[in-house]
Amino acid sequence: MKIAITFLAILLSMSVALAIDTERAFDDPELQARYETIISEIRCLQCQNQSIKDSNVFLAADLRREIRRMLGEGKTDAQVYDFLVARYGEFALYRPRVGGKTLVLWLAPLLLLAGGAVIMLRVVRRRMTLPIDDEPAADE
Amino acid sequence: MTFRYLAPLIAFAVLILVFVIGLTLDPRELPSPFLLKPAPVFELPSLREPERRVGSANYRGRMALVNIWATWCVGCRQEHDYLMQLAARNAIDIYGINWRDNRPDALRWLQQFGDPYVFSAFDADGRVGIDWGVYGAPETFLIGADGIVLYKHLGPLDESVWQRDFVPLISAGSPAP
Repeated sequence: MKIAITFLAILLSMSVALAIDTERAFDDPELQARYETIISEIRCLQCQNQSIKDSNVFLAADLRREIRRMLGEGKTDAQVYDFLVARYGEFALYRPRVGGKTLVLWLAPLLLLAGGAVIMLRVVRRRMTLPIDDEPAADE
Repeated sequence: MTFRYLAPLIAFAVLILVFVIGLTLDPRELPSPFLLKPAPVFELPSLREPERRVGSANYRGRMALVNIWATWCVGCRQEHDYLMQLAARNAIDIYGINWRDNRPDALRWLQQFGDPYVFSAFDADGRVGIDWGVYGAPETFLIGADGIVLYKHLGPLDESVWQRDFVPLISAGSPAP
């Protein structure tokens, strides 16, 4: 039974794969470019390591449809991102916006780099005071 | 002196701790941005009576459970018997949003396995699902009488989840009888 369900699921997912919308969404090249940027910046929540541009699950298709609708209505990029973040949280953005809870995320690399620099500096400083020869240093 | 030798060990232990915590977290489970915020309002055709409009107005002023389900969703089948139990013991009013489904299948499902819902709203194109930030059925929202989302559960409901996550909120949210 389980095998049958799995097989069915695979078959179903294949039929969805055929349905991915590849045609242009807008005639206006500028609008089309904005649309493509946005959909490549949004994480597909069902298949977390794909953007909704690359994903063919129905949720990604639904979100693409919503984004097309909003852009068609003349909404700005920021409005589209706000719409998605309000519903799915910052996690939906591949580049979370700076501020609030995501501040840690943005600052962590800098902090780690600074911490590493401090440690390296201290090690180098200490070694500079050691006598320059190949004799093993006396145990501290 | 001893710290010099212990430091790497301590650093390693901290790293292991971080990994252990990281591995036990489910990356699929995201905090709902609606938590402690007003629940989205919706109005959709009823699953059973396509001409009738149902929605969040139907449970205004009362605590409610909103369950997002679909017949293609394996987890929904898993939790369905438990929803039936909840309905049978009148634990709370359960409202369904039948998400991205088709009507004959959904009706057959309710006929076959029972209907725990006060009603199911029929969200054929997934618009309302998007408004609720749904990304993986089943999802269950606990809505307070004031319309605030008190809790959201991703995945099948069962007795242990119910007792642990929902019951304390429900008894806190409604005055003791």
